Amino acid sequence: MQESQIESAESALIERIRKGENDLFYALIQPYERSVYLTAYAVLRNPDDAEDAAQEALLKAFAHLDQLRSNEKFKGWLLLIALNEARQRRRRDRQHLYESLDAEPIETEDGDFTPQQFADWREVPSETLERKEIRASVRRALESLKLKYREVFVLRDMQHLSMADTAQVLGISVPLVKIHLHRARLQMREQLTPMFGKRWIERLPFFKGKKPW
Amino acid sequence: MVSCHRVLQELSNYLDEDIDPDLRAAIDEHLRGCHRCSVLVDSTRKMLYIVGDERTFEIPGGYSERVHQRLTEYFAKH
Repeated sequence: MQESQIESAESALIERIRKGENDLFYALIQPYERSVYLTAYAVLRNPDDAEDAAQEALLKAFAHLDQLRSNEKFKGWLLLIALNEARQRRRRDRQHLYESLDAEPIETEDGDFTPQQFADWREVPSETLERKEIRASVRRALESLKLKYREVFVLRDMQHLSMADTAQVLGISVPLVKIHLHRARLQMREQLTPMFGKRWIERLPFFKGKKPW
Repeated sequence: MVSCHRVLQELSNYLDEDIDPDLRAAIDEHLRGCHRCSVLVDSTRKMLYIVGDERTFEIPGGYSERVHQRLTEYFAKH
């Protein structure tokens, strides 16, 4: 289905839910349940807190469905609710006070970033994505990003929102989304290279079956 | 000819194909002769592929069911 078709199907659902067919709300949110969770996770970095915030956001979306304007995209509106819910919790729990302790050390104060890792990456066949180790590495890398980078990265590169939609949900400009995204991508690559990079020994000529002695 | 620094600056726009065609061609030219920059581009592209795959980041098991449960309880009360 094209985006415009999805949007008109959603508008029809929303109309009926507003008139009292509550059960249709399950169908309305089903395609976005994962996105709502990921958005909350981007802010909170903790699965339990993210799920609590995601559930709360979905209830709020139902309760305030009449506030969605006719020209507004449901997905963006929903993710904004999730983002606000998560940010509110973050402020309340003062979790961010601990975040500076593990902030990435590779960025200088003026924001310059110099890559340090230059190992070639292996081909990554899709089956290996099942591996726990990869998941854990990605999660660790993600959690090491500063909040402003993590938010942009999760919306744009993990949920594939457009630049414009990412900017709208976060309430920042498209140029700023691009700046943060660039930084986030460089840092993610840097953090993950020890995991995905070919080990130097595999690239030595004698490793390929020939002994130099 | 563009510098390695310029490639680094434009990396994200280059991967998003959000870049002027002349600059893109100049970067392509640079990449043919610069191993470090081509590793940088290739590994960033692979990173994006990995994180963009839904299987890489799992949501907690039973999350969807719990969401439905909460909503059902909420509907019953309102």
